Amino acid sequence: MSRPERARPWVFRTYSGHSSARASNELYRSNLAKGQTGLSVAFDLPTQTGYDADHPLARGEVGKVGVPVGSIEDMQALFEEIPLDRMNTSMTINATAAWLLALYVAAGERQGVAPAQLQGTTQNDIIKEYLSRGTYVFPPEPSLRLISDMVAFTVDAIPKWNPVNVCSYHLQEAGATPAQEIAYSMATAVAVLDAVRARDDVPDEAIPRVFGRISFFLNAGIRFLEEVCKCRAMAEIWDELARERYGVQDEKLRRFRYGVQVNSLGLTEAQPENNVIRIVLEALGVTLSKKARCRALQLPAWNEALGLPRPWDQQWSLRIQQILAYETDLLEYGDIFDGSTVIESRTAELLEEAQAELHKVLELGGAVAAVENAYMKRKLVESHTARVKAIESGELQVIGVNCYSESEPSPLLEGSQSVLKVDDAAERAQIERLEAFRKRRNAADAEAALRGLSDAVKSGANVMPASIRCAETGVTTGEWADALRDVFGEYRAPTGVADRASAELGESAGRVRERVRAVSEHLGRPLKILVGKPGLDGHSNGAEQIAVKARDVGMEVVYEGIRLTPQEIAQSARDEGVHVIGLSILSGSHGVLVIDTLEQLRAQGLGDVPVVVGGIIPDEDADLLRRAGVRRVYTPKDYDLVRIMGEVVDVVAESAAAA
Amino acid sequence: MDDARPARRREALELLETLEREAPFPGAVRVGVTGAPGAGKSTLLDALVRVLRERGESVGVVAVDPSSRRSGGALLGDRIRLRSRGADPGVFFRSMAARDRLGGLADATRASVLVLACVFDRVFVETVGVGQSETDVAGLSDTLVYVAQPGAGDTLQFMKAGLLELPDVFAVNKADQGAPAQRTAGELESGLGLGGAEDAGWTRPVLCISATTGSGIDALLDRLEAHREHLLARDALPARRRAGAEAFVLEGLSRRYGSFGLEALGGAEALRERLPADLDRAAFSVLRALGAEVEEALRKS
Repeated sequence: MSRPERARPWVFRTYSGHSSARASNELYRSNLAKGQTGLSVAFDLPTQTGYDADHPLARGEVGKVGVPVGSIEDMQALFEEIPLDRMNTSMTINATAAWLLALYVAAGERQGVAPAQLQGTTQNDIIKEYLSRGTYVFPPEPSLRLISDMVAFTVDAIPKWNPVNVCSYHLQEAGATPAQEIAYSMATAVAVLDAVRARDDVPDEAIPRVFGRISFFLNAGIRFLEEVCKCRAMAEIWDELARERYGVQDEKLRRFRYGVQVNSLGLTEAQPENNVIRIVLEALGVTLSKKARCRALQLPAWNEALGLPRPWDQQWSLRIQQILAYETDLLEYGDIFDGSTVIESRTAELLEEAQAELHKVLELGGAVAAVENAYMKRKLVESHTARVKAIESGELQVIGVNCYSESEPSPLLEGSQSVLKVDDAAERAQIERLEAFRKRRNAADAEAALRGLSDAVKSGANVMPASIRCAETGVTTGEWADALRDVFGEYRAPTGVADRASAELGESAGRVRERVRAVSEHLGRPLKILVGKPGLDGHSNGAEQIAVKARDVGMEVVYEGIRLTPQEIAQSARDEGVHVIGLSILSGSHGVLVIDTLEQLRAQGLGDVPVVVGGIIPDEDADLLRRAGVRRVYTPKDYDLVRIMGEVVDVVAESAAAA
Repeated sequence: MDDARPARRREALELLETLEREAPFPGAVRVGVTGAPGAGKSTLLDALVRVLRERGESVGVVAVDPSSRRSGGALLGDRIRLRSRGADPGVFFRSMAARDRLGGLADATRASVLVLACVFDRVFVETVGVGQSETDVAGLSDTLVYVAQPGAGDTLQFMKAGLLELPDVFAVNKADQGAPAQRTAGELESGLGLGGAEDAGWTRPVLCISATTGSGIDALLDRLEAHREHLLARDALPARRRAGAEAFVLEGLSRRYGSFGLEALGGAEALRERLPADLDRAAFSVLRALGAEVEEALRKS
């Protein structure tokens, strides 16, 4: 029997990178040997936010959530023995995207590969960084200029590059409904395209080609049939924008191209083996419909809610993709939903809702304005709050979490080896490499290149050629970003929490409020809590939910946004006279950052102010933190915010009684 | 300072009375910052603190949030930490929410300013410009800055409400947005020209600044300096501080005892006559003594 002709599968990727360029290179090569067909680079937070490994804010974060890339040498090491003319590389990089692309170009040249041969994607969607992910550096306007510089540069110089991967992924994680996901990501794409169209150096006839290079990065949640409809709706709305707003005639350039990482935030810490099933179903949502099938897929590992996945965990996720593409008959058919009235009507509903919301954002002045006036942030927080509430009330069922939580002990979790631990020596080693590199390079060349960069930034010239020159001459990541910070300034996004409506308080929350009142009376003033995010991790949703809930139960809440050093947190705690401190860290750097914060508090004479910590914290780390003096440790399985608030009040009452 | 327990309150009052009496004159520079929500007051403070720290001045900031909630809770949240310097003992920042308690926010704010003025070269008091809190802040500051945002109707609203009579300096923020800022500055200038008590010899300046890019910050600091020099040259600072203290005492009495309080003391006019010339060095003790009189009268009635 002859096999029917099969469609070409999507690109298989795994989002990965850690410790050092060399360690990550080894991981990439072993993943490629196992049948992965593209690379997806995870950078560490200092690289994402433009700091060298030896900057104070980088402490504890080097090599944690991704690979540190501080210079051309790191970039070369990262792709050693991986021919860049034959690789399709996706880089999750945003505020510093222009710099990492410049390093990639320079590394390619040192391999003898011309820029025009490079293929890949820079994520480069700054809007969602303000809304959710938090690795922004510069204010919105100059950020948008950097993006449009990259688009204008790549369209001719690296024509197979996707300079911007507009992300609806993080919007979903921040709580967006499908319609909001569609609307806000389209608004972002419009902001980028309008900015490029307004440039003098991009002729009108290039706009269709520019349009054709804009791609998307989607999330796929567990409601996988609705996800099918979402993808189909996005393809339609994109086509409409192409024709009507940008006059793109060529059907090929109008195609909705997107990559996917299936939902990671929805993966549970409780009964983590169930996550494999979730991942498979979510993968179906973006592959079943041929018309709206993803171009590239990366699947998280089953144990991501516990910590950093090991190579074996990533292999398991790669095998899911391979089984789906090679074993099943998925790729043998046309679009299996054509003619389905159910899918079509849900798609039409989403389309209508999304168009209305897109229209609203454009009326308000577009995506950038909607960041600055916090409109989108507010809408997302509302949706997120509703979702959290639905899980709390049990209206939304999460198997193993708020129902069916009884479980046999999992053999997968035996021993302390169920997640990967980044060696703390990695940071020291990276700093040493950086110092040696700085000594080795030609300082005069690097300085001249930095001056050239600064001139280009000030004069409004495209930053890409000057950045590539910086890469070639050995400028470091921190130096590149500092040169831009000097001109653009640094942005602090509105947290969106202050004017957030309070939720109706349930009975249990009412009881907590009574206790807050009683404890406040005893203290002589209202119970005051500091919610702090030390380090570079920008995922602020959790901290914001805690801040709002604390206010709703009657506490005075000091929340100062992201990217604080332990010293800054300790100083705030002292200035503000708080009774308790809640720290939120999702980057896995809790070890160093929490211990540092405790030390700083002691140095300020605040050793008796109780500290609670929330984050992705493995059990053994939680023990360590408790031994170091942390009063309570919360992980993603603690979804009941009211219970957490009650315990915070307990902790304050205990401390007050002890004093 | 804001502990409501009686023993702690007594201790705090004693300290405050000493501080008021002994503090050197003119002492720390006291600047009030007010404006509508979203005008960029926090960002402006950040920029000001940054420049002042570079000049070697130490800075204390009290941020007052007059909003009050049924839950009693408050989010001092959108106040994004002053980024000026990591851990810098030369900067102190305290935020306070309105609370339902004796004396209210005015006591705590005045107390904080007094304490900070003993320690820092310059003290800023920031509040959202709505009604009473703005008057309180005006009474506490030697110079009051109003932060306006471009294109916002609120400036017009403030003008109508008479709240623009208080500020000494106007800063139109977000000047990086270009034309709208210029327009707002123009409206303000013409609005100010129409009415308001022009302090002799001081023309209230309207500046365009950008807290984000830092443009106009030096010019703003120059105007603050000029206003202080203006007050000192005309020996007007004592009168200004005394007026603030008088408002604090009268407000404090009516807040605590309602209209009965003032009547018991013979009415506002008679009371003003009785208040000592150096009231700003004795506001807390005078308020305490007058309070005792009112309570005595209450007991008799």
